[in-house]
Amino acid sequence: MSLWDFLRDPIGFLTTWFYGVLAGWGVAPGVAQAIGFALGSFILATGAMLFVMLLIWFERKVIARIQDRIGPNRIGPWGLFQSVADMLKIFTKEYITPIGVDWLPYNLAPVLSVASVLVVWAVIPFSITFYGADLNVGLLFVIAIASMGELAIVMAGWGSNNKYALLGAFRAVGQMISYATPMVVALLVPVMMAGSLSLNEIVQRQTVWYILVSPVAALIFFIASIAEVGRSPFDLVEAESELVSGFNVEYSGLKFGMFYVGEFLHAFTAALLFTTLFLGGWRGPGAEQIPILGFIYYVVKTGIVYFLTVLIRGSLPRFRMDQMMDLNWKLLTPLSLAVLLVTALTNKLLEGLALGWRVVVLILLNGLVLWVVNGLLQRYERRRVRREVTSVRRPVARPQQGGAE
Amino acid sequence: MWSDWLYVGMFFVVALFLPAAAITIAGILAPKKPNPAKQAIYECGMETVGEARVQFKVQYYIFGLIFLIFDIETVLLYPWAVAYHQMTLFGVLEAALFVLILLGGLVYAWRKGALEWV
Repeated sequence: MSLWDFLRDPIGFLTTWFYGVLAGWGVAPGVAQAIGFALGSFILATGAMLFVMLLIWFERKVIARIQDRIGPNRIGPWGLFQSVADMLKIFTKEYITPIGVDWLPYNLAPVLSVASVLVVWAVIPFSITFYGADLNVGLLFVIAIASMGELAIVMAGWGSNNKYALLGAFRAVGQMISYATPMVVALLVPVMMAGSLSLNEIVQRQTVWYILVSPVAALIFFIASIAEVGRSPFDLVEAESELVSGFNVEYSGLKFGMFYVGEFLHAFTAALLFTTLFLGGWRGPGAEQIPILGFIYYVVKTGIVYFLTVLIRGSLPRFRMDQMMDLNWKLLTPLSLAVLLVTALTNKLLEGLALGWRVVVLILLNGLVLWVVNGLLQRYERRRVRREVTSVRRPVARPQQGGAE
Repeated sequence: MWSDWLYVGMFFVVALFLPAAAITIAGILAPKKPNPAKQAIYECGMETVGEARVQFKVQYYIFGLIFLIFDIETVLLYPWAVAYHQMTLFGVLEAALFVLILLGGLVYAWRKGALEWV
């Protein structure tokens, strides 16, 4: 019986057991809870950071397969321990600090870039019993914390005393704040449907996955979250051919490694959030009774979403700056507002209808909105007068006419 | 509720501590042999010209302003979204009006050419 209890819900079982032991030692309940919180947050955060090694291996392997290579295959089975070896190596690399850096921003930036992603894990519900904090403003908290990453990038760019780094930081912030707009609007749809900002409640009320209620909002959130992370096709931030490597040119050793960890963790966290908000989180057959099953569903769904982002990274070319801004401000933002309007009005008008029918109507209307907005924008695009780049006279140094001087 | 925020606060401290500790440990393990050539600013092998903190394009600032307007107005919509199920059709229509005004602002910025990247 006890073994079954453990297998059914390891986290809950261990938590109960741990508090039981502390109570047995005569620790006051408040103190015991504080100790439990400290230990829990430490284990979860460390786990998340070590998990990144697996993500890096996975991504390298998948991208290698896309590009018809083998990828890491020397260390451990299928090269599984390649990232471990890389981590050991990066621990012994020298920090090369350029002259004239702004000490505090320069050193705080890598720490903050990891922390800003890691803190999101505090509110994510992994299963019905396995979650850190159940904040009633969970989603707002996630959005607020995610924008702290922009601060880290500005600090890195400004502190580095390097033009490329600063230009990369400007681009990064321009891109991130732009894509925050449609993302935040698209996130209104799940909030509206669930009637709560708490991630836990959003999962619990998803009797129908919200990707079915509003596929367009899900798509907007997906695109915007890739742009927020700053991965290909939105990796203008670190466009190698233009900006060396963007805001982290002047970082070396583990300080650079922390930016790397932050990026991968951010990509995975975006997949976690997508699953929570649009794919029903840990919901699935039997997930309420057997919490560990819910955790497995959650990991599988997130894995699929993450695989999709890796696939996109491996197959799409980079956007140009103006294309990137156009996609955001001239397509995604109007589209997200239109979807919000249509979903809110339709759902209210059809309140008497059965849920299944409502979902069908909403899907059809979503398709209609996508079609109409896209059609309107395409008409606008066709009428727009384009500036011919090639015909513009540019001040280029040319050899003087009429002989050498 | 209070204990949830305690947990988040602890998590924040831990999340700041872990990368900071890793960077410090690596700093102790790593060699330290600086020299002027190594510490020079990386600029594709060229000598650095002028100040590194350059002026930035005004376009970034304009996008920042537009973002600010949109983000604040969207945050105002969040309480509405939370109360959506208790609302009558009238409340939804009012929010629709609000969103339409927001769209009007977007169209205005668009026509003014603030969304062009030049």
